[in-house]
Amino acid sequence: MAFIKNILDNMKPTFSEGGKLSAFGSLFDAMETFFYVPNETSKAYGAHIHDAIDSKRGIFFVIIAMIPAILFGMWNIGQLHYAAINEESSLVLNFLYGLGVMLPKIIVSYAVGLGIEIAIAQVKKEEVHEGFFVTGMLIPLIVPVNCPLWIMAIATAFATVFAKEVFGGTGMNIFNPALVTRAFLFFAYPAMMSGDKVWVNQNYMDSIVGPSADAYTMATPLGQLGAGEAVSYDAMDTIIGTIPGSIGETSFVAIMIGAVILIWAGIASWKIIVSTFVGGALLAYVCTPEVAGFEWWEHLTVGGFAFGAVFMATDPVTACRTECGKYIYGFFIGALAIIVRAFNPGYPEGMMMAILMGNLVAPLIDYCFVQSNINKRLNRAK
Amino acid sequence: MANVIKLRKGLDINLKGKAAEEKATIKSTGVFALVPDDFVGVKPKLVAKEGDDVKAGGVLFVDKKHPEVKFVSPVAGKVSLVERGDRRKVLSVQVTSAAQQEYVDFGVKNVAGLNGEEVKTALLDAGIFAFFRQRPYDVTPNPEVAPKDIFVSAFSSMPLAQNFEFALKGNEADFQTGLDALAKMAPTYLGVSAKQSAAALTGAKNVTVTVFDGPNPAGNVGVQINHVSPVNKGEVVWTVNPEVVIFIGRLFNTGHVDFTRTIAFAGSEVKAPKYVTMLVGQQLTTLVEGQISTDKHVRIINGNPLTGIKACKDSFLGAQATEVTVIPEGNETHELFGWIAPRFNQFSASRSYFSWLMPKKEGYVLDARVKGGHRHMIFSGEYDSVFPMDIYPEQLMKAIITGDIDKMEQLGIYEVAPEDFAVAEFVDSSKVELQRIVREGLDMLRKENE
Repeated sequence: MAFIKNILDNMKPTFSEGGKLSAFGSLFDAMETFFYVPNETSKAYGAHIHDAIDSKRGIFFVIIAMIPAILFGMWNIGQLHYAAINEESSLVLNFLYGLGVMLPKIIVSYAVGLGIEIAIAQVKKEEVHEGFFVTGMLIPLIVPVNCPLWIMAIATAFATVFAKEVFGGTGMNIFNPALVTRAFLFFAYPAMMSGDKVWVNQNYMDSIVGPSADAYTMATPLGQLGAGEAVSYDAMDTIIGTIPGSIGETSFVAIMIGAVILIWAGIASWKIIVSTFVGGALLAYVCTPEVAGFEWWEHLTVGGFAFGAVFMATDPVTACRTECGKYIYGFFIGALAIIVRAFNPGYPEGMMMAILMGNLVAPLIDYCFVQSNINKRLNRAK
Repeated sequence: MANVIKLRKGLDINLKGKAAEEKATIKSTGVFALVPDDFVGVKPKLVAKEGDDVKAGGVLFVDKKHPEVKFVSPVAGKVSLVERGDRRKVLSVQVTSAAQQEYVDFGVKNVAGLNGEEVKTALLDAGIFAFFRQRPYDVTPNPEVAPKDIFVSAFSSMPLAQNFEFALKGNEADFQTGLDALAKMAPTYLGVSAKQSAAALTGAKNVTVTVFDGPNPAGNVGVQINHVSPVNKGEVVWTVNPEVVIFIGRLFNTGHVDFTRTIAFAGSEVKAPKYVTMLVGQQLTTLVEGQISTDKHVRIINGNPLTGIKACKDSFLGAQATEVTVIPEGNETHELFGWIAPRFNQFSASRSYFSWLMPKKEGYVLDARVKGGHRHMIFSGEYDSVFPMDIYPEQLMKAIITGDIDKMEQLGIYEVAPEDFAVAEFVDSSKVELQRIVREGLDMLRKENE
């Protein structure tokens, strides 16, 4: 593999300060560290040895954990489509259809977000941080399949600039950028984000592969609950995930595989995941009205609850950073999400708002725990 | 029975090349030097001039602010060079040893008959007080301020660190005399590892023995203070390296200074890792020449790989160093796709690597690479998991970075030293230079308060 090194070494002067393409220096830097572990060595003072982990590795483990949800989401797009047009389909066909729908979304999300990040890194003369790799993958997973690409691009650009870069980039943001993207879409283009027409693909793929599911309507379980109707999906559907919903959120099983990977690798906090589920379960048991055929615990398997709890609430930058605070933070999010579902008739799903609210109060929760440590120290001094 | 404190947080790092428990002696002639920077917080005022003859124990320089704190020559000989750097800062005072060793006679004293003030004066005169450290600030203490307590940690849990129990063999009587002397000045606490069984440690007299059972950094004196008697604002605690306790004992028992210490010469690039008897300030050439790998770039460290200072062959054994370690520099390594490759030979506290599954019994070879880009703090709980003190390490770091003096005080900066953050710096995925930042924070606060 020495040839990669040679190519990079040959290109380096062109991209360095004073070179012809120095304007793309941070892009080159990103490429170089993508291929090779930087061989910068420790300073004279301080730790001389370092753990092999770096932020790149941590971030890519999150993406690995998302793979089951991504693959299932692709398959589910195809499955829903062929069911809507009443055509026979196979596993491979479903998947390929979904892949065709998903790929442009992933490409647009990455191109817009990373484009902005690289440009800003260049201006600030910093390395490109890898945080957007997770955000860029989350965005396609939390939008309905019919969300047009240009709208997604606008929302991604908005979130990258106003939720992240203005605060100083990865590690400094207050709100989870992927959720800000979704919140932007939700308020700017509400018709694209909810209702019963957005969950089955009806765009360009149909002109390629045949009949369209045009004007086909399909409601999510939460949509039905919100409208006061009976839920037409049984529990098994919601656990496996063959239901309509945002692309990555439908399969409880796929998300839980991701959760196991994240907790196992120690990348996400199990405290947040567990306490979110505990909070949600408790409130669902106590507060939600009885609906025929829909048990209280099914609230945890439908909608964005599980996806949010595992992949969004655990974002270390926007979550609580004190260990005890994480329990309260998770519980707060889980409970709030169910309260919105139960008591706000105009708003069937509450996970997005709950996590954004959680992000907002996380510093306050941390403040309380840190302050108690400070008070202990002050009392000791007396 | 001594009080046992169990610590849960921390990380033991198993490195290759641990020193075998055999003592070797090397030639102890040539150039010796005291490096003022080893005594943090001291501004040196030279007493000896180039060309002067000094005895072992003769004063080389004193602290400008507290001239009673003397820094003495480890050997007899001629002051051959006062090495200066930018703005004439004294980098080292070098003494070329004479063939015949002569010692300044401080007189044999019976510690039992002395009071605290007499002990302190004796230690100041013999240049041993200079080796003490104080919390807050982790600097050489101000002798005018009486300490609340004195802490000695009889073990280090750092990777490749010296096993003090081994170094203690043959010095037990001096060690106890040293403890007796410390106890005259203030209540003295001795921290002992659960793995140590030497009677001179567990049965030490006139001091409070506390047993610490836990992973690295359990051996850090700062961790021990935090669990036994934390430092509050306005209080001062002295910390003394156990090797220095032996120096104290020798001073009172023999009447002259003897800065000989048994250091661990360890690391994956050392041909035969073992214990070596050296003098403080001895040039490292005498130790490493011909004893380390030459086929790659290596890093010689004055101390252990987590808290030591980068050195070269011409450096001198540090005033606080109890080991000299040699690891690969690693700047010739080009690892492809490190962020996703399994990297079975790498050690990590994180389970995104496999060292937790298949630990290498003989230890890991870690080089000096940082192994990642510098980032803002992203992943949470990393520092906390290896920081066994009742302090929020991440919040304290942020207070230091933002220069918020009140917050630093409130979050307990008076209780910490840079070394307490060494393991956190190791595991940090954002590669923040924690020890440097803590040092800057301590300096900032010291300037503010004095």
